[in-house]
Amino acid sequence: MAQIFNKYGPILITAMGQTLLLALYGLFFACIIGLIVGIMSVVKNKFCRGFALVFVNLIRGVPMIVLAYFIFFGIPFFCNSILKIGGVTLTALQAGSICLALNCGAYMAEIIRAGIQSVDIGQMEAARSLGLPYWRAMQRVILPQAIRTMIPSIINQFIITLKDTSILSVIGFPELVNTAKNVVASTFLSFQTWGIVAIMYLIVILLLQWAAKVLERKLKYESK
Amino acid sequence: MNPNNVKIKVENLKKDFGRLNVLQGVSTEIYEGEVVVVIGPSGSGKSTFLRCLNRLEEVTEGRVIIDGQDITDPKTDINKLRERVGMVFQHFNLFNNMNVLRNLMLAPVDLKQCGKEEAKERALAMLERVGLQDKIKAFPHQLSGGQKQRVAIARSLCMKPDIMLFDEPTSALDPEMVGEVLDVMKELAREGMTMVVVTHEMGFAREVANRVMFIADGVILEEGTPEEVFDNPQNPRTRDFLNKVL
Repeated sequence: MAQIFNKYGPILITAMGQTLLLALYGLFFACIIGLIVGIMSVVKNKFCRGFALVFVNLIRGVPMIVLAYFIFFGIPFFCNSILKIGGVTLTALQAGSICLALNCGAYMAEIIRAGIQSVDIGQMEAARSLGLPYWRAMQRVILPQAIRTMIPSIINQFIITLKDTSILSVIGFPELVNTAKNVVASTFLSFQTWGIVAIMYLIVILLLQWAAKVLERKLKYESK
Repeated sequence: MNPNNVKIKVENLKKDFGRLNVLQGVSTEIYEGEVVVVIGPSGSGKSTFLRCLNRLEEVTEGRVIIDGQDITDPKTDINKLRERVGMVFQHFNLFNNMNVLRNLMLAPVDLKQCGKEEAKERALAMLERVGLQDKIKAFPHQLSGGQKQRVAIARSLCMKPDIMLFDEPTSALDPEMVGEVLDVMKELAREGMTMVVVTHEMGFAREVANRVMFIADGVILEEGTPEEVFDNPQNPRTRDFLNKVL
């Protein structure tokens, strides 16, 4: 194992960097999508709620590997061959980020919807009865409380998404699993290589969990 | 009480929840400085009536006019109006994510009623009034029920309302804490605040109310001075209700 790591360590660590980069892009846009769609699913407007429902069900109903193939191969093909707009290509990083953002975004939307709905309705009523407009009340009273209860679920989703980056090896993005496959192909040392890869994922995820615990402690309401 | 100035005029107010007709035509006038106590069996529509007065419930039919302004008119700036109509809830509804001081300062500062400094002064003055000036840094979960409700009253008062609505303000309190909240409300009444209070505290009604209103089945069945309603109720439903609660 040590031998493999000495020889292939640098390229595996670089690949881990690529994994993290992909996860970071994906999660960043997933948070934006999740927040927008999550809020859309709790507002009064029926069109917004309908859109949110369709989006979430559509994404949840399709395996991510299918979504990845569809975005990476399907979309450029559709643009080039059917719409006849030439030269549309997506890099694996772009397609991968979109794929992760959509997939994780749909789950985040559900977490955010549940989080907002878990805040007692009386909080909104009290804010409104003081004269605060709906969005102000949302921003100052509801969301801060909702986010606090959502943190464990959000971190959980982050971890799932980080691991799901491995699925994007199928579109050729040089993340950790894809790179490890190449290492195994040239060394045949699958036990050692996959062992190292597993430990690398584990370390990153444990760090993420530790950071989440610290954050959770910081967000407790105490008199300061 | 100033009988020349109608603060709240309610005209044939109806409210349906789906097929359930909770309010079936309520009309009344509430004067400046008047304390109206609303009593009635649970499910009679008294809380719904109160919540229609600041449009926390959308009115199905009829009008609610506050200081000449029809609040059921979609063109009315309801947020502006709510600044002048304070509301106190059964379950306090203090903002759990803020300490007491920030609970009190949020609305005045956010709605640009005044600057931060003045809002803080106001908040401290109101907290002193309810006897909780030492709790400014506390979070809601660190307060007792009675303290929470007094903070909630102070929070409403920070907006300088001229009408206060109370929705069963003592129903969720332990018995020994009811007094401290009622004392604050009595003080407010003495200072001439226009108040509409939904409550089961008959002692409070007798002592403070200018008028007691008995609501059942979505209509006002009887109203009058506390003496009239409590000592000589005319409607059999009122008599029946009072027999059960007194």
